[in-house]
Amino acid sequence: MQLLAQATAEPLPLPRVDWRAIAPELALAGAGVVLLMVVAFWPGARRGLLAGLTLAGLAVAAGLTAWNWDLARVAFEGAVSLDGITRYARLVLLAVGVLATLMAAQGRGPEGEESDAAGEAPPEVFPLLLFALTGMVLLAAASDLLVVFIALEILSLSLYVMAGATRRMAAQEAAMKYFLLGAFSSAFLLYGIALCYGATGTTNLLGIARASVDPTGDGTLLLAGIGLLAVGFLFKVAAVPFHMWTPDVYQGAPTPVTAFMAAGTKVAGFAVFLRVFAGALGGMVVSWRPVIATVAVVTMLVGAALAVVQSDLKRMLAYSSISHAGYLLVGLAAAATVPAGISASMFYLLAYAFMVMGAFMVVQYASRLGPPDPGPPEGSGEPQGGAPVDWELGERSNLDDYRGFARRHPWAGALLALFMLALTGIPPLSGFWAKYYVFLAGIEAGLTWLVVVAVISSVISAFFYLRVLVVAYLQEPAGETEPTAGRAPALGLALGLAGVLTVVIGLAPEVLVSAARTAERILG
Amino acid sequence: MLLTAALFAPLAGAVLVAAVPASRVALVRWLALAASLVALALAVAVAVRFRAGEAGFQLGVAADWVPSFGVRYRVGVDGVSLPLVLLTTVLTPLAIAGSWRSADRPRGYLALLLVLETAMLGVFVSLDLFLFYVFWEVVLVPAYFLIGSYGGQRRVYAAVKFFVYTLLGGLLMLVGIIGLVYLHQKATGTPSFDYDALRDLDKAPATQRWLFAAFFAAFAIKTPLWPFHTWLPDAYTEAPTTTTVLLAGVMSKLGVYGFLRFSLPLFPDAARDLQPLLLTLAVIGILYCALVAAVQRDFKTLVAYSSVSHLGFIVLGVFALNVQGLQGGVFYMVAHGLLIGGLFFVTGMLEERRGTRRIDEFGGLQRSAPRMAGIMLVITLGAVALPGLVGFVGEFLTLLGAFLANRAYAVLATAGVILGAVYLLWAYQRMWHGKLERDENRAVGDLTGREWAILAPLVAAIVVLGLFPRPLLERVEPSAQRVVEQTRQTSP
Repeated sequence: MQLLAQATAEPLPLPRVDWRAIAPELALAGAGVVLLMVVAFWPGARRGLLAGLTLAGLAVAAGLTAWNWDLARVAFEGAVSLDGITRYARLVLLAVGVLATLMAAQGRGPEGEESDAAGEAPPEVFPLLLFALTGMVLLAAASDLLVVFIALEILSLSLYVMAGATRRMAAQEAAMKYFLLGAFSSAFLLYGIALCYGATGTTNLLGIARASVDPTGDGTLLLAGIGLLAVGFLFKVAAVPFHMWTPDVYQGAPTPVTAFMAAGTKVAGFAVFLRVFAGALGGMVVSWRPVIATVAVVTMLVGAALAVVQSDLKRMLAYSSISHAGYLLVGLAAAATVPAGISASMFYLLAYAFMVMGAFMVVQYASRLGPPDPGPPEGSGEPQGGAPVDWELGERSNLDDYRGFARRHPWAGALLALFMLALTGIPPLSGFWAKYYVFLAGIEAGLTWLVVVAVISSVISAFFYLRVLVVAYLQEPAGETEPTAGRAPALGLALGLAGVLTVVIGLAPEVLVSAARTAERILG
Repeated sequence: MLLTAALFAPLAGAVLVAAVPASRVALVRWLALAASLVALALAVAVAVRFRAGEAGFQLGVAADWVPSFGVRYRVGVDGVSLPLVLLTTVLTPLAIAGSWRSADRPRGYLALLLVLETAMLGVFVSLDLFLFYVFWEVVLVPAYFLIGSYGGQRRVYAAVKFFVYTLLGGLLMLVGIIGLVYLHQKATGTPSFDYDALRDLDKAPATQRWLFAAFFAAFAIKTPLWPFHTWLPDAYTEAPTTTTVLLAGVMSKLGVYGFLRFSLPLFPDAARDLQPLLLTLAVIGILYCALVAAVQRDFKTLVAYSSVSHLGFIVLGVFALNVQGLQGGVFYMVAHGLLIGGLFFVTGMLEERRGTRRIDEFGGLQRSAPRMAGIMLVITLGAVALPGLVGFVGEFLTLLGAFLANRAYAVLATAGVILGAVYLLWAYQRMWHGKLERDENRAVGDLTGREWAILAPLVAAIVVLGLFPRPLLERVEPSAQRVVEQTRQTSP
C-alpha cells in the first residue's frame, strides 16, 4: 500500500521527445504507412514497385541508423536506449528486412505472378513487414518494460497476420495457432511486468536494476515477476518448453514470412532478453542463471533430437532453430557475468539470421518449381510428425522432394549445402565463429558443462543437416523430368546475398566481431 | 610464402577445375593433375630450402586473421611436418592419375580431391591452433562427399558415420582449445592461439589431463586408435579406391601428427602419466586389427584393417616418448603412406579388371599379370617390414623406442609384426600364386603405362628410402629430439 502511495505521489515525468533517437523506427513506420496507402488506393500496383518502395524505406532507415551510429544515450526518460545492442540489432534487422523483402517480392510459379493465386501472399505483406520490423527494432532498443510490451505487440500482431497471409488452409491454421499461443504468452509477459512494477515501483529497467540489488525490496514478488517475464521472452525466442507453436507455424506460414519470422523475431527477442536479464537483472544472476541454463540444456537437446526425426524440411529447420535458441541461451546465461556473452550472442544472431534465411530461400526456390513429380515413393513416403505432404501446402518442403536436387539445380544445391554446413558449424563459415564465440563466453563464465552439452547437441544436429545433404546430393532424383524454374531475379539476389554473407563473415569476421564488442556495455 | 603457395595451390586448382564446363572431361583431368603437380613442385622447393639439422619451424609466415579472438594465420614446417607435406603432395597426383579412367562426374571428384589436399596440408603446417582446427574440420567436408557421393553400395551409411564420428572428436578438441586459450587469457590478459605461446604456458597437471582428454578424443578417433576405429573399415571400404589411398595414406596420419605436435609438447605431464594407457591401446590395436584382417574375405577391407594395425606401431613409437620412437614414428608415417597407398592402388586396379575384391575369386594372377605381381610383391614385403624396404626402418625404430620405454609392449607388438606377415603373405599367396583356375583371371591384363606411372614412383620410394633412410631421418631427428625434450619438462 505504502509503495502504491509512493508511486502515485510522484508526478509522472513528461518525457522529452528525442526524434533523432528513434529516427530509424519512425522511418520504418512511416514507410509502412505509405505502403499501406499505396496498397489500399492502388490495388493494381505491381509487386516490383511495392518491393522497391519497401527497400527504399529500409534504405532510409539504414541511412538514419548510420547517422545515429555513434549516438550513445538514453532517450525518453529512460524508455529507449541507444547503445551497442540497439545499433547492432538495427543493422542485423534491416539486413533481415532487405532479404525478406526480396523473398516476398518474388512471385510464385514459373510463369506469371498470378499463376498460383491461392499461394500468393497479398501485397499487404510489404507494409506488414515494415510494421513488424518497426516493432523488432524498437524492441531491441526498449529499456522500459512498457515499451518492451508495446514493441512486442507491434511485431507480434503484424506477424500473426503475415503468417496467415495466403489463402491456404495451412497458413490460416498456422496464423491462428500463433495468435492464440502468442496472446497467451503476452499475458504472461504483462503479468510479469505488473509484478515487477509491484515489487520495484517502476517499469524502467534502470530503476528495476537499482531496486533488484536493494536488500529491503520485495524479493519474492520480483522473482515471480522475473519468472513470468522469462516465460514471455522464452516463448518469443521459441525455447523448450515454450516451443510447441514453432514447427506448425514455421511449416504453415508462407516461406518468406517464415524466414523473416525465424530470423527477425530471434534477433529482436534475444536483444531484449539480453538487455533485461544480463543488463537490468544482472545483479540477480544467481537467481535466474540456473533456470536459464536448464532451459538452455533442454532446448538444445530437445530441439536437436526432434529435428532428427522430421521428414519435412521446414519443420526440421523449425526444430533446428529451437536448438539454436538453446545455444543463444548459453550466451545469455554467460552474459550477466561475462561481457563477452553479450557480444557473442549478438554475433550469433547476425550469423544465424543469414544462414537460416538462406535455408528458407532454397525452400522457396524449390517450391517455385511446382508440385513434385507425380509418383511419390510408395511405402516410404509416409508422413511423420503429422506433416501433410501433399501440394496443399503449396510448397516443396518434404525432404523427399529434394532427392537429387543438387544434380538438377547445382547452384541452389550448392547454396543449400553451404547453409547446412554453416548451420552445423563447420569452419570457416559464419556459423562456426558464432558457435565458437558462444562457447568461449560460456567457458569464461565457468559454464563448461553447458558448453559440453552444446557440443553434444551440435553433434546430434550434424545428423539432420547432413541428411539434407544426403538427400540433395547422394540420392537419385525421383521423377523423370523436372520443370525448370522461371527466372527469379529477386530471389536469386537474396540467395546470393545470404550465401556471400555466410562465407564472408566466416572468412573475415573481425569487423563484425569488434562491432559486437561495442554492444557489451548496456545503457539503461 | 612458398609454403603458403604450396598450401593453397590445390585449392586454386579446385576452383579452376570447378569453373570448367563438366563436359570437357579431358581438360578437367589435366587441369587437376597440373594443380597437384604444381603443389608437389612447391613442396619440393620447400624441402630444398629446408635447412636440415635445425629443430625449429622454418619457412614460416604469420599474419593477423581475427585479432579480436587472437586468431592468426601462422604456418611453418619442421622436421616432423616436412615429410608429411611431401607425402601428401606425392600421393595426391598419383591419386588423380589413379582416377583418370573414372567416368562418374570426374569434375566434382577431382575438385574434391584437391580441396582435400589443401585441407590436409593445412593441418600439417598450421602453427596457430585455430587455423589447425579450421583445417581439421574442413578435411571432413570433401572426404564426406568423396565417400558419400562416389563410394560403393553402403556409401551413405559410411559417409555419415565417418562424418559424425570425427565431428564429435573435433568439437571436443575445440572445447579443449578454448580452454587452453582461456588459460592464456587468464595468465596474460590477451587471447592467443599461437602454438609456441600456448606451449610455454604453465598448466597444472590436473588441468593438463582434462585438456589432453579433449585433444585425445579428436586424435584417437581420427587415427584411429582401438576402440575408436569402427568408422574406418566402412569408410575405407566404401570410398572409391583413389580416395581410400588419400584417406589411408595421408588422413590417417593427421591423428598421430596431432598427438606428436600437440598432445606431447602442450601437455607433457599428462602425456607421461597416460603413456601406459596409450601404449596399451596401441598394442591392442596392433594385435586385434591384425587378427581381424587375417579373416577378411574382401581384400580392400583386409588392407583397411592392416592399415589400422600398422598405425598402432606409429602410436607406439610416438608414445615411447624417446627420440628413437618419435623419429621412427615419423619415418613410419611416410612409409605407411607409401605402402598402404600402394596396396590400395593395386586393389583398385584389380577391381577395375575383375569387378570384385573377394580374395577367393582370384588366384594364379602371377601368370596372367607377372609385372603387377612383382610390384605387388615388393609393396607387400615392404608392408611386412622386410629389411631393405621402407617399412623395416620405421618398424624397427618404433619397436626400438618402445623397447627402451617398456619391454613388455615391445614384445607384444613384435607378435603383431609376425601376424602382419602372416595375413599379408597369405593373402598374396591366395591371390597371385597357385593355378589359374578361372577364365576371368586368365584375362587379367598386366600393368598399363598409366599404372606404371602411378606405381613406379611408389615402388622407387619404397626401395630407395628403405636402403637410404638417412637423408630423411637426419631432417626428422632434431625436431623429434626437441619434442622429446619438451615432453620431459615438468610443470612447476
